[in-house]
Amino acid sequence: MLGKLTLSAIPYQNPIVMGAVAFMVVVTIAVLGTVTLLGKWKYLWTQWLTSVDHKKIGAMYIILAGVMLLRGFADAMMMRAQQALAYGGHAGYLPPEHFDQVFSAHGTIMIFFMAMPFMIGLMNCVLPLQIGARDVAFPFLNSLSLWLTVAGAILVNLSLAIGDFSRAGWLAYPPLSELRFSPGVGVDYYIWALQISGMGTTLSGVNFIATILRMRAPGMKLMRMPVFTWTALCTNILIVAAFPVLTVSLALLTLDRYLGMHFFTNTLGGDPMMYVNLIWIWGHPEVYILILPAFGIFSEIIATFSGKRLFGYTSMVLATMAIALLSFLVWLHHFFTMGSEADVNAFFGITTMVIAVPTGVKIFNWLFTMYRGRVRLESPVLWTVGFMITFVIGGMSGVLMAVPPADFVLHNSLFLVAHFHNVIIGGVVFGAMAGLTYWFPKVFGFRLNETLGKAAFWCWLVGFYVAFMPLYVLGLMGATRRMDHYDNPAWRPLFVIAAIGAVIIFCGIALQVAQVVVSIAQRERARDLTGDPWQGRTLEWATSSPPPAYNFARIPVVRDRDAFWDMKQRSVEMKAAVYRPIHMPRNTGTGFVMAVFLGLAAFAMIWHIWWLAIGGVAAAMVALVHHAFDDDRDYYVEAEEVRRTEVLRGRAQLRSV
Amino acid sequence: MSTRLTAHGGALAFEPGYADDAADALRNLRGAPAAIDFEPEHHPDSAAIAQLGFWIYLMSDCLLFAGLFATYSVLHARTAGGPTPHGLFDLPYVLAETVFLLVSSFTCGLATLAIGRRSRGATLGWLAVTFVLGLTFVGMELHEFAHMLAAGAGPNRSAFLSSFFTLVATHGLHVTCGLIWMAIMMVLVVKKGFTPSTETRLACLSLFWHFLDIIWVGVFSLVYLFGVS
Amino acid sequence: MLIASKKTGDRTAMMDRPAHRRLARLLPFSAALLLSGCRWAVLDPKGPIGLEERSIILTATVLMLIVVVPVIALILLFAWRYRASNVKAEYRPDWSHSNRIEAVVWLIPCIIVGALGVIAWRSSHTLDPYRPLDSRVKPLRIEAVALDWKWLFIYPDQKVATVNEVAFPANVPVEFHITSATVMNAFFIPQLGSQIYAMAGMQTQLHLLASEPGTYQGLSSNYSGDGFSGMTFRAVALPTPQGFDAWLAKVRAAQQPLGAAAYEQLALPSESNPVAYYSQVQSNLFADIVAGRLPQPASRLLARTPVRAHRAGPLAPMVMSGMPGMSATRSN
Repeated sequence: MLGKLTLSAIPYQNPIVMGAVAFMVVVTIAVLGTVTLLGKWKYLWTQWLTSVDHKKIGAMYIILAGVMLLRGFADAMMMRAQQALAYGGHAGYLPPEHFDQVFSAHGTIMIFFMAMPFMIGLMNCVLPLQIGARDVAFPFLNSLSLWLTVAGAILVNLSLAIGDFSRAGWLAYPPLSELRFSPGVGVDYYIWALQISGMGTTLSGVNFIATILRMRAPGMKLMRMPVFTWTALCTNILIVAAFPVLTVSLALLTLDRYLGMHFFTNTLGGDPMMYVNLIWIWGHPEVYILILPAFGIFSEIIATFSGKRLFGYTSMVLATMAIALLSFLVWLHHFFTMGSEADVNAFFGITTMVIAVPTGVKIFNWLFTMYRGRVRLESPVLWTVGFMITFVIGGMSGVLMAVPPADFVLHNSLFLVAHFHNVIIGGVVFGAMAGLTYWFPKVFGFRLNETLGKAAFWCWLVGFYVAFMPLYVLGLMGATRRMDHYDNPAWRPLFVIAAIGAVIIFCGIALQVAQVVVSIAQRERARDLTGDPWQGRTLEWATSSPPPAYNFARIPVVRDRDAFWDMKQRSVEMKAAVYRPIHMPRNTGTGFVMAVFLGLAAFAMIWHIWWLAIGGVAAAMVALVHHAFDDDRDYYVEAEEVRRTEVLRGRAQLRSV
Repeated sequence: MSTRLTAHGGALAFEPGYADDAADALRNLRGAPAAIDFEPEHHPDSAAIAQLGFWIYLMSDCLLFAGLFATYSVLHARTAGGPTPHGLFDLPYVLAETVFLLVSSFTCGLATLAIGRRSRGATLGWLAVTFVLGLTFVGMELHEFAHMLAAGAGPNRSAFLSSFFTLVATHGLHVTCGLIWMAIMMVLVVKKGFTPSTETRLACLSLFWHFLDIIWVGVFSLVYLFGVS
Repeated sequence: MLIASKKTGDRTAMMDRPAHRRLARLLPFSAALLLSGCRWAVLDPKGPIGLEERSIILTATVLMLIVVVPVIALILLFAWRYRASNVKAEYRPDWSHSNRIEAVVWLIPCIIVGALGVIAWRSSHTLDPYRPLDSRVKPLRIEAVALDWKWLFIYPDQKVATVNEVAFPANVPVEFHITSATVMNAFFIPQLGSQIYAMAGMQTQLHLLASEPGTYQGLSSNYSGDGFSGMTFRAVALPTPQGFDAWLAKVRAAQQPLGAAAYEQLALPSESNPVAYYSQVQSNLFADIVAGRLPQPASRLLARTPVRAHRAGPLAPMVMSGMPGMSATRSN
């Protein structure tokens, strides 16, 4: 009846895990309890869970990312602590079977449930506003994508309490991830969490491409789009092109595990090298999916805060497209040591280095945007400058490893770990933090506390270097990754320093949590009354903060790049004399409901509860068909109501400030 | 810093066709603060956007099949001492399957023409024929699989068979989903007639159906024809 | 404890690079770190492969620093000089294009990447793990098998085998043939040079040479499960061929054969195995392992793993043993 699921799946012998589970349960009860006490269930359902508004969906993505950052970072702290303790004969406090789950969960969570949702959330919040649109092309799909991602995140966290997580690393290489070597449910949790959220991500990709190509304001030709929009376009093309390959890789592994097939097994013709190739054909574009939006964010911020046009717009666009294209030609550099012929290794090494050229061009363009500008050193700019320096160093270590023989001694070492954290933290995380600070006032209507923001930045910056520079050294000392203990006493001081770095980063995160709390408490003082707190250049700043549900009462005609700046230069105001009824999509619970059923089905697949798996999928399909038959899916906001909303939001205030 | 307001009045040229109503034009002439140009009233072409979105999804599906084709190409020779294509593939049978599917694409095209003519009867008729042909294809494929399983040539036997079954069955699964979708669309046409949303969905369905046809041509060539040669 | 010992006064002239050694020592680390010899492993190699690779690392780093250092300096300089409170700096809000700057920022990275590309192409060929070393000495063939979670070394010509210790004479090229009897691992002796994956059903090759006698740490650098961290081995480079013969004699004195039954026992999961010697090896053991002709352990059970009773689902595949797997060796 319940497949493989029994009460013994709950790891009550393991105190650390049970502690974590207890913590999650307490927090969940606290949140649900607070909502109940405040009587906000109806509000939550009608305004948030069923929302198809891109701004709310974006906010929820970012909240998910924030929560999962805490979970992923807890895993990081646990690893640093273990490695600082477990030298010589000491075993540390984490047995290998637990340590292996921790590092597998850390990577999986940070990439799929922190970095991706953060970037997709920012794109959601900003993109339609930036191009002068009212919403994305497919609002219902947008909601579905969000809830599918949440379902995946819940599955990963559920593995803590019921069963265990994968011990095969964040990419689950076979044969280790095959049933024979990973007989438990861990790898299945990993597979289904990723398949579910991967569906959501692919749908997002389709959504954003259609939005950018077809829903721009009149006059916004492609070469007048903001750079963030360009990077979002390229990112989503990468998503649509790459995620199907992830789907295939995981599906084939699933078939091996569930139906005894032989794609990647050691016997009967299976070839694990095929998985390695497939997963990295997805894997490398994936890291560019993460970094390109960050590049866009930095472009916007540096231009705005320098009070100056972005230097080299055309070459920025060309560089972005080049990076997107080239990202599909480099995947083998992740396994130079798998024994390919020299020609093959050399080819991929060279293509990897070639990608450094357009990336370098971007750095120079940002540099020359600051040149002869008036750079306001507020926290978004601090994140940007910190990124520029840190990313350049990380890029350097990457190009170094792109020379195959250098990789022969550095592959899978802590040098590699330092490199990718260097570019992901320095690039993606700093970008996310910068974007969060920059666009927070637009979405929520008030600014984040700047003092706490700056303090958090410095903790992150210093903490990053203290935590990861020792890892570069350790890699050069021959230390490999994923060790739960080691013998060489010379390594220990470096692991201790790295642990201290992690603590400093933790302070940064704590300061950011404090920043959010304090900012909410002081929101009246920091209200954004003009809609344009940073002297913005792009269209999103032409709306009030937060914008009304329909974004723009009338869609403006765009005359130039930096559309809003152009309007300000021409001294024109976004004020219509005539309002028209606005066509808006209705909220719907279908996305939420489908994700619940598909999440249940995934859980059932993990535990071999076949009737529930089939039932869950069937129920989700029924919900979808029901939605398809529903005619009442949109409504009109009457012109008079639009006018009243605009007056209430003080659109006339552009006069007086 | 905020926008400085100056009375530009007529200094701002407004482009005919883009400017707002007479009210705005009047304001401009009177020298009031220049208002921005807004887009004239028009609805975004949601049907075209939906079809674009579906195309993009179809391209992602194409890449999914590309991954399966790549896997088949790499693993097709790894028969692990078990059955090979020569012993397994019954080309005349598969040719018959193929004909059914190709004809169903043609009848789907006829259904599309009927939609253009707004002929409910013809649309339903041709969709029903397409459905039957598609169902026959799926049935024949299942029969082929059953035969292979009974002969000990199931997907567990070797990497070649795993990749064969997965590629062909993924296509078959897509066809099955298409059939379910077709049935639902037929119900929609009966209940609601040719509304804009029904038409858009039918257009997407026929795109899907033709796409699966093209994929099948690839499967037939790479797997069956190439396999027995 | 596996540390390399540096025999004072014993320096080989082969590719001695004092400049790079000085560079390494300039790096500011505590005195304790500078005491022992093997610390730097990758930056303190003891073989020609490792030396070439270190040279590449240092060259590439310097080439990139030519661009990176000025860029970082400019970033800091511009952010400071053009900060908003500095009203003396020139402000040109609409200046956003310069063909000359564009040309430079595209060109300079292209040149650096071009140089690195040439290095990458050449060195990928000269340092190809499959390429035999330039030496008049006949290579010593050693077969390495990754098991759960130890390394089995087979000497096909000497007909002995060891676990977690491999020995060879210094200045003699060693030709490793590597496979795995289990999941993917990677064979790596950081102080001698390149690593390469160890994969079941196929064999990879690696050519190394130790130019200095000593004991070097070896490990698996591809995570392979719970016992992975204990999967280290000693790589002993003996000063003379006579020393190697003496070591062989030591191994043979163990009087322990490695036949089918002993191998099956050895293949069961275990971790942090002590060094073991086998005086006799079943012939063609390595070929049998690669071809999958030997029975594989049923599933991955380790006494330390807390057993969670999961009823095997109805679709649990049977483990097929004894079927010939694919032996995909490379053509060269």
